[in-house]
Amino acid sequence: MKILLVDDSRTIRNIQKSVLMQLGHNDIVEASDGLEALDQYKRESPDLIFIDWNMPNMDGITLVRKIREIDKNTPLIMCTTQAEKSRVLEAIKAGVNNYVVKPFMTESLAEKITQTMEKAKATATAG
Amino acid sequence: MDVRYVNPFITATCNTFQAMCATPVTVGKPEVKTGEDPSSDVSAIIGFSGDATGAVVLHLSFDTAAKTATRFAGMEIDPEHPDFADALGELADMVAGGAKDHFEGLNINISLPSVVVGKAHSVSASKSAPRLIIPCKTDLGSFSVEVGMVMDRAPARIKKLEATGAMS
Ligand SMILES: [Mg+2]
Repeated sequence: MKILLVDDSRTIRNIQKSVLMQLGHNDIVEASDGLEALDQYKRESPDLIFIDWNMPNMDGITLVRKIREIDKNTPLIMCTTQAEKSRVLEAIKAGVNNYVVKPFMTESLAEKITQTMEKAKATATAG
Repeated sequence: MDVRYVNPFITATCNTFQAMCATPVTVGKPEVKTGEDPSSDVSAIIGFSGDATGAVVLHLSFDTAAKTATRFAGMEIDPEHPDFADALGELADMVAGGAKDHFEGLNINISLPSVVVGKAHSVSASKSAPRLIIPCKTDLGSFSVEVGMVMDRAPARIKKLEATGAMS
């Protein structure tokens, strides 16, 4: 399974990477803003994408909308410091499958990944 | 600045350091910033716009900043490390994001982090309202959180705060 991490903070990407590797995921690609992420998305066809909200050049919510215009299926997890209910709803409306608020505990990050992938698998089998 | 607005920043600071650096924060009494700016070696700044205008700044010494970044990143990060500013900026982002969640009904946008690094510099905001300094202490050292915020309108309510041990 290939995972794309999109966050302008390399520190955050490193933390996410170490959690993912502990879970046995070693096929990881990265992008530091929405524009770079769109490129990576087209080139790498990832199976799961983590998306930060606040980033330069193209923010995460715009990226989610751009991806959902062409792809309804790839699971997207928003991982952001934006915690308000209104933002969570906005992201869900744009098409994210799950939402992680920073600061996160590494265990809860792992849980959200498992949850998201299981749901995506169930939907794929049902369809 | 309305002192009631300071509590969300205290809660967010405690949550951020507990979750990302595994350290509790002991919070001192917030004070109105007067006259001379206190100097710090590292200032991580997030601006607010929208229904609130202002900024939150984490002020740290090089020593505390390096220890904090190292604990957060899970690897040695000294002030020369390319990720030093990135790590501290991201912590400030979490404090700002966590705090704004408490102002219900307001649409507040946060800026990308700016991090100023330089021995004993000061950061001055030209036209922001009176600013408050929140002294903080963790097992990684002391730092302070500076908050200056003006609401264009009052929040519908301020979310109930979890106990932080502060302001009691
Ligand atoms: Mg970001």
